[in-house]
Order: sequence, then structure tokens, then C-alpha cells
Amino acid sequence: MSAELGQFALILALLLSVVQSSLPMIGAARGNATWIAIAQPSALLLFGLTILAFGALTQAFMVSDFSLAVVYQNSHSAKPMLYKITGVWGNHEGSMLLWIVILTGFGAAVAAFGQNLPPTLRARVLSVQAMITLGFLAFLIFTSNPFDRIFPAPLDGRDLNPLLQDPGLAFHPPMLYAGYVGFSIAFSFAVAALIEGKVDAAWARWVRPWTLAAWITLTAGIALGSWWAYYELGWGGWWFWDPVENVSFMPWLMGTALLHSAIVVEKRDSLKVWTILLAILTFSLSLIGTFVVRSGLLTSVHAFAVDPERGLFILVLLAIAIGGSLLLFALRAPTLTPGGLFSPISREGGLVLNNLLLTVATSVVFVGTLGPLLLEAAGTKISVGTPYYNAVFLPLMVPLVAVMAVGPLLPWKRAELGAVLSRLKFAGLLTVIAMLATAYLVEGGPVLAVAAIGFAVWLFVGSLIEWGERIKLFRAPLGDSFRRMTKLPRSAHGMTLAHVGMAVTIVGMTGSAAWQVEDIRIARPGDNIEVAGYNYFFESMKPVQGPNYQAEQGNFVVTRDGEFVARLTPQKRVYMVQNMPTTEAAIHTNGMRDLYMAVGDSDGRGGWTIRIYHEPLVPWIWAGCIIMVIGGTFSLSDRRLRVGAPVRSKRWQAKTGTGQAGAKA
Amino acid sequence: MGRKLIFFLPVLVFIVLGGYFFWGLDPERDPSNIPSVMIDKEVPEFDLARLDGSGVIGFDNEDLKQGTVTLVNAFASWCLPCLAEHPILTELAKRNGIRLYGINYKDKPKDAARWLREHGNPYARIGADNTGRVSIDWGVYGVPETYIVDGEGRIRYRHIGPIDQAATQEIILPLIKELSK
Repeated sequence: MSAELGQFALILALLLSVVQSSLPMIGAARGNATWIAIAQPSALLLFGLTILAFGALTQAFMVSDFSLAVVYQNSHSAKPMLYKITGVWGNHEGSMLLWIVILTGFGAAVAAFGQNLPPTLRARVLSVQAMITLGFLAFLIFTSNPFDRIFPAPLDGRDLNPLLQDPGLAFHPPMLYAGYVGFSIAFSFAVAALIEGKVDAAWARWVRPWTLAAWITLTAGIALGSWWAYYELGWGGWWFWDPVENVSFMPWLMGTALLHSAIVVEKRDSLKVWTILLAILTFSLSLIGTFVVRSGLLTSVHAFAVDPERGLFILVLLAIAIGGSLLLFALRAPTLTPGGLFSPISREGGLVLNNLLLTVATSVVFVGTLGPLLLEAAGTKISVGTPYYNAVFLPLMVPLVAVMAVGPLLPWKRAELGAVLSRLKFAGLLTVIAMLATAYLVEGGPVLAVAAIGFAVWLFVGSLIEWGERIKLFRAPLGDSFRRMTKLPRSAHGMTLAHVGMAVTIVGMTGSAAWQVEDIRIARPGDNIEVAGYNYFFESMKPVQGPNYQAEQGNFVVTRDGEFVARLTPQKRVYMVQNMPTTEAAIHTNGMRDLYMAVGDSDGRGGWTIRIYHEPLVPWIWAGCIIMVIGGTFSLSDRRLRVGAPVRSKRWQAKTGTGQAGAKA
Repeated sequence: MGRKLIFFLPVLVFIVLGGYFFWGLDPERDPSNIPSVMIDKEVPEFDLARLDGSGVIGFDNEDLKQGTVTLVNAFASWCLPCLAEHPILTELAKRNGIRLYGINYKDKPKDAARWLREHGNPYARIGADNTGRVSIDWGVYGVPETYIVDGEGRIRYRHIGPIDQAATQEIILPLIKELSK
């Protein structure tokens, strides 16, 4: 019954999105206030309808209603409740529905919080948002209906892919989608601005918080995904340059560029055309990501079910959305008034360099991901692996990180590089010390790793110096500094945090890439394995019974110099319904290093393949991501006061006398 | 006019890309199914030099026609799945006494030698294919890949990706046993 309710809600939503994508747009062009006014309530209602459909599907999963094809294929009555619920988006249909819920959610947020937007701009933005919704709703209903029934209903389901039965997966896709889809708002704003023919500082001020929100969730989503890969796949790695990882990474790189170029539009009324293009490209990359994952275009470890018909449908959607917006860009962008000029050595110049490097980095990943497809069309099959990215991507990150510390210290318009660098003397000194200390401590590690640690320290200290200078730390009495710190706009704290987080992540990545020690061997109970100064005693291998799986659990005692460190119990599980084995790695962390182990196959003679990884600094990768997310959130909480409200915020500032705080960022 | 043309560049790039996407959607095309034109054909002509520091010599196509079934495995030190199948390969070579030759694919000899020192060298011979040229002739799509070559030097089976216990027990060992008769 509730499935039919969901089905009706979806169809109603489809019809409503037809209305919302046409009438407000026409109304805005003709100045018809009634038609313009439709957009807001319609966007809210659209969100309500998709939520209703999503609720209906969730309910079907919770009560294990196997008369629904998607529940039958992806659930099982014996599955724990958590995974029944996460199973809703652990499949193609459900995840597509989640995607649409988030899409309409963002539209509703613009409708609800965008009270201060000019009515025509708001109507156009919501109209474009509804066009995207329309396309995806049609895709969902006509090619991948989550409410398809099967008759007679089977007794039990086929269970969810065991790799996906993991708490990390509960939050990874919603986060990732929120990030992907969040960029749709920047896209809608860009298209609306092109139609309107006006891009100004106010426009950038409206776009930035949405972009920032999308960036935060995408950062969190990617971090969760790599963390999941780290402990669930059992290879001790956290990033594999797999196509599916890459398609989430590309919008992140592009979105980061957009975040920075929008600052230039907001503060200096420059780089407008470029920012519009970035907004279009960022969301386009999100769309291409969806297409690649769901069409079977490329092979990947975690692609969805392959269906060329669906692929064709999405390709048509892509052609309309990306091709249409880029065509609009080609026609309308030349009419936008170009912004002011600035000298290359300036805050703007630094941000342009940031954009340039990030865009090239995105292209590098793009070529690595889709290049094999293009070459295959020409008749050769190749695979692109880590060596390519190490050789091409990493050299791009070096100048990016080097400039990241300098950029925030540069004043707008024109700067003296010498003067700025002299303020970073202390950072330079610490960088050299850190590099020497690293070289001394690890003796004989790769030279590049030493340099990478140096860059991370440079960025870390450089960011803190900028922050310290703004609050006059150590130059003014501490109380004075503290007062300045509380007065500093939150976006300034946010930027410092995000940059510092990046530095922390770089340290983690370097540690893992350069100093990981691995040992893979066949061992028997009673054996001792020595890895990186830790002794792993193989106590026993015992069967364990889980709710819907059976497992062999290895019991290991880890000691160092005879002192007990940890007891590790890696498992090798076989999920009964799908008869699929998975690895459950055992990890012991102390914040500075992870002890990581996984058990593999038995050799049939009492021995087991044991994989042990000593992973120095790896936890820092995710710690850095958390800091970045906190930084973004800090900055967002600052902006919330003036989302789309430049006029009111000025009045508000005048009243409360904190005018200076809001103007800098 | 020239300035205006630049603005059309993004949409033109996208149109070309869209064409490729459309081509890629052909239902006949399965990216994970790699053409197996080499099956039952003689191995291509090649001569691979030894991998410096590995302690074993290289091999050429004549070496595969000496009447013994050979397992030829393409590997690289930078490839994680290769490490995954490494214990299984070691077991095949050491316990089952199968002749195992390695093609070191697009690797730095130093890295490969260190990898072998760290994890053990199950290969009786290793050819260094630094450029990947020979691997292309074999039809190697990516590493790891494993071929069963019969005594006359014909490729009889090809396994893409890391070999696991199931593939070993169900396909590789029975086939080698049959071919060795």
C-alpha cells in the first residue's frame, strides 16, 4: 500500500517539476508576478513529495516487503535493521531516489532561505533546479522505478552486497550525494545569471554559501569513502585512483576552484565569466560521475548494475544539461561586462594561480579516468594506474601547496612578494628544521617524502602566521589578541582551519605512501611475525557466527619489546545468502600510526595468508579532513547571517556596529 | 570574432566527449571482457632481457616451446592486486612444482627487485618489459594477468586480475594437469 503512495508521490512530483521548470521562467521573462510567485511554494512541495516517496521506500525495506523488486534484490529478512535502512540507497534505484530527494531539498532550501534574492533571479534559479529534477525524475520513473512490484512475492530476499554492509556506508553515499547535488545550486545560479545577463558581487555572495555547503559535504563524503575502502577492502590502502573515486574527486577539485574564484567576484567584481564556467563545469562533472558509475562505461570495483538503456537515458540528460548550459554560456558570456584588471602579484593573482592549478589537476584526473575509453575507441585498450597519477598529479600539488601559504597574506590589487615572504621567514625556518628532522628520523626514506613533509609544515605554519598576524598574537597583550580573535569573522577562522587541515592530511598521505611497511605471508597458529618493530603472535583461528554471515577470526596478540600493545582479530567473512567472502581488517591506532591486519585464504594445510601493514601517520589523513570540514562549517556559519542579504546585513551591521567584521574574508 | 569563438570551446569539447560516451554505451561492448584473440594461438615472438637484481634470467618465445607447461604471469611492484596473488603464485610454484615465468610490466628494475626481495621470488625466470611493448603483443590489458602456455608454446588460458584459490583449484590446476599429460 505504502509503495503505491510512494509511486503516486513520484508521479505528482514529476508533473509539478514540469510546472516549476516552465512557468516561473516564463514569468520572469515577461514580468508576470503571479507566475514568478509559483516557484517558491512549488519547490517546497516538490521536496515534500520526494520525501514522501523516499519514506515509502524506506518503510518497504524496514518491513522487508519482498513484493517490491528492489527490496527483494537488495535485502534479506535476517539482515540487521541498520543495514535494512542503509540498503535503501545501497542499490541503483534507491540511490537515485536519494539523489533526487537531496536535489529537491536544495531547491527547497533556496526557496526557504532565499527570501532576500531578487524575485526574478530566485524564480529562474528554482526553475533551472526544477529542470534538473524533471530530468532525473523521468529517468527514475521510466527506467529504474524503485516501486516496481514482483508477483508472486518471494519468501525472502537476495541480500545486500556484503561489502556494503558496513556502518561507513550508511553515511558515505548521502554525504557524497549532498556534495555532488549541492553543486547543482551553483549551476542553477550560473544558468540563471546567464539568462538574466547580470553577474555581480551580490550574485557571488549568494552563490558562495551553497558552494561551500556542497564542498563541506563532498569533503566529508570522499573522506568517509576512502576510510571505508581502507578498513573494508583489506589492502591497507585508502585511495586507489579507481574511476568511481576519481569521479567524486573531480567535482571536489573543481568545486574548490569555484569556491576561491567566487571570492574574487565578490570582492573585486572580476573573473566573472570564468566563475560562471566553473560553476557549470563543477556540476557537469558531478553529472558525468553519475553517468560513468551507472552506465557501465568504465570498469570499477564498485560500479552499479550495468544497463546500456539507462546509460543512454542519462547521456541524453547530460547532453541537454551540460550541452545546453555550455551553449548558453557560449552565447551569453561574451555579453557580460568584463571586470577590473589586477597585477599578477596580488590576492587575486594568487587565487587565479590556485584556479589554474586546480583546473589542470582536474583535467589530469579526467584524462586518467576517461582517457582509456577515448583510446579504446581508437582501438587500443590501456589501463591507467597509480604511476600515472604520481608522475602527473603530484607535481601539480607542489606549487599549489607552496602558494597556499603565501596567498592569504597577499593584499588585494597589488602586493610586494618580498615583503610577504619576509613575513613567512619563520615558516621557512621551521620547514627546513622539519625536513632535516624527518630526514634524520627516517634515514633513507624517499627524498620526495621529506620534501612533502616540508611543504606540509610550510602550509601549516604559514596559515597560522596569517591568522596570528590578524589577531596581533604576541604583538599586542594577550587579552587584546583574544578580543581580536573573537571579533575576527568566522570565515577567516574557517579559512585558516581548512588550510591547516589540508597540511595535516598531506602529512598523513606522505606517511602512508612513503613509510608504509607491509608483510604478506602464509602463517600458522603459533607463528610470530615481526613487522616494523612490532611482534604479531598468531594465537589461533576460530570460527565465529554473525547474524547473516559466518566468519573465520584470527586472534593475534601484538607486543612491542615484550610489552602488550593490542589484541587484533581480523575476520574473513562469508555472507550466507550471496555466498560472498569479505575481509574485515583489524586496526589498532594510537593516532600516530595504525597497526593493520587482514586474513586471507587458507592454504588447506593449516596455514593462512596473513597481511600485516604498518601504517605510519595514516590517521592524520582523516583528522585533516575533519579539520577541513570544521573549517568549512565555521565559514558557512559566518555567511549564514548574510546569505542573499547584502542590503539587510549592511543595515544590521550599522545598527550593531560590527561593520568591519562582515566585510573581510 | 576570435574572442567569441573561445566561448564556444567548452561546448565543442563536450560534444566530442558526448560522441565518445555514446560509442561507449554499445551494449556489445563490455569493458571488463577483454578480447581473447590470443587464446589457442602461439605466443608472439619476443625476447625479454633479465630483470636486474632478480637473480634469474630472462626468456623468449622459444623457451616456452620446450614441452613443459608454463604459467606466465604479468606483474609489477606498483600493483596491489599482484601482491594479493603473490602467495598463491608462490604456492603454485613451490608446492605444486609448476613452472612459473614472470613478465615484469612497466616497472623500474630497482623497485621490482626490491619487491621480489621483500616478498620472495617465486618465478623461475623473469623478463623485464619496461616499456610494456611485449605485453601489448601478448594482449595484456593490465596487471596482474596470468597465462597458461602449453608445451608447444600456445596460449591455452588467460586469467585477468589476481588469481584466487577458487580459480587455482577449479581452472588452473586441472588445466595444467590435463595439458601436462
